[in-house]
Amino acid sequence: MSIWTTFHKWGSPRWFYQFSGRLLPWLGGLSLLLLIGGAVWGLALVPPDYKQGNSFRIIYVHVPASAVAMGAYMMMAIAGAIHLIWRMKLAAMVMKAIAPIGASLTFLALLTGAVWGKPTWGTWWVWDARITSVLILFFLYLGVIALHQAFENREAAAKACAVLVIVGAVNIPIIYWSVEWWYSLHQPASIRFIGESSIHPTMLRPLMATMSGMYLFFAWAMLLFTRTEILDRERNTRWVQDIVCSGDKKPESRSVL
Amino acid sequence: MAMHPQRKQRLMIVVFILCVAALAAGLLGYALKENINLFYPPAEIVSGKAPVGKAIRAGGMVQEGSVQRATDSLKIRFVVTDYSAVVTVEYEGILPDLFAEGEGVVVSGKLAEDGVFYASEVLAKHDETYMPPEVSDALTKSAAKRAELEEKGSL
Repeated sequence: MSIWTTFHKWGSPRWFYQFSGRLLPWLGGLSLLLLIGGAVWGLALVPPDYKQGNSFRIIYVHVPASAVAMGAYMMMAIAGAIHLIWRMKLAAMVMKAIAPIGASLTFLALLTGAVWGKPTWGTWWVWDARITSVLILFFLYLGVIALHQAFENREAAAKACAVLVIVGAVNIPIIYWSVEWWYSLHQPASIRFIGESSIHPTMLRPLMATMSGMYLFFAWAMLLFTRTEILDRERNTRWVQDIVCSGDKKPESRSVL
Repeated sequence: MAMHPQRKQRLMIVVFILCVAALAAGLLGYALKENINLFYPPAEIVSGKAPVGKAIRAGGMVQEGSVQRATDSLKIRFVVTDYSAVVTVEYEGILPDLFAEGEGVVVSGKLAEDGVFYASEVLAKHDETYMPPEVSDALTKSAAKRAELEEKGSL
């Protein structure tokens, strides 16, 4: 089987619907387990920070939300590019599904950042490069949602959104390196891919749990939203009508009894 | 496997959009290079790059042993350093909890003719290090021990 066959198989909404249906309970369950477990671990069991005390614990929500908000944008941009190049309908549906999830996570990142900023920095908000570029990310997500609503025609909407999403992708490396390139109030990253992280292992482990839990939650929500979009778009096809009809049978059989 | 020519063309368009967007962002960043910085480090203030009498921010480390508090008011004087130059800051008001000597700070206010920075707001800038208090204590102790040993070695 060549790579292109796999690619086209993934592009089939019907195959995607069936495959994702089997994946959903695993993703949802595992993400719930990691998020709750990581939260209890991070909020109750880990010692407080030597300088910030207990307020540092907001890291267990703030960092996962921020990281996944950025990762989700990259995925949305890749979906947009795939849709533009190969005209794959499923990619457009994934792109549309990601926008509201990404917007919520970015909002959560901004909110938890403000709540964290008040006790540590002494201010809720400051216009430094990191915080401003994350605010732009939030507006980009809102822009994608609004642009989808603005078009009657689905194809035109997807095309316009794909271009916006690709243009906005330059913001992602800016967010990531903003704390290195400019003088900012926000501190540089604590988790390093190369070399030792500057967060102690006892504090890092629960962060890894909530972080992977947040990624799985995103995957779960993304599949769920994409499936809704598939059902909506393919409602005139036989296979969708079969699913809907078989779902309708239950209340009917009950009324007979 | 060769790509369909039409798809290849569309791929080129996507790459083109990305390049133009990156170029635009790069030019914008270059044009605003100084303005995106949240604060001036002491070296730039001392060398005269920061405007006098205008609302600006300065940032750096609070120099060890430099904090002087007034006994009858909330007035405080301290020195901010970037280890190449220093600026004296005067402030009256409540300080954030994390404000301390040897810690990062960002102050907003005005630079006076005499070189003193009169701050209207003081923010604490913490670093990216997180550790439990016991680990921090252990590190301080081992550093003190090492310094002691080095002193003995030099004698």
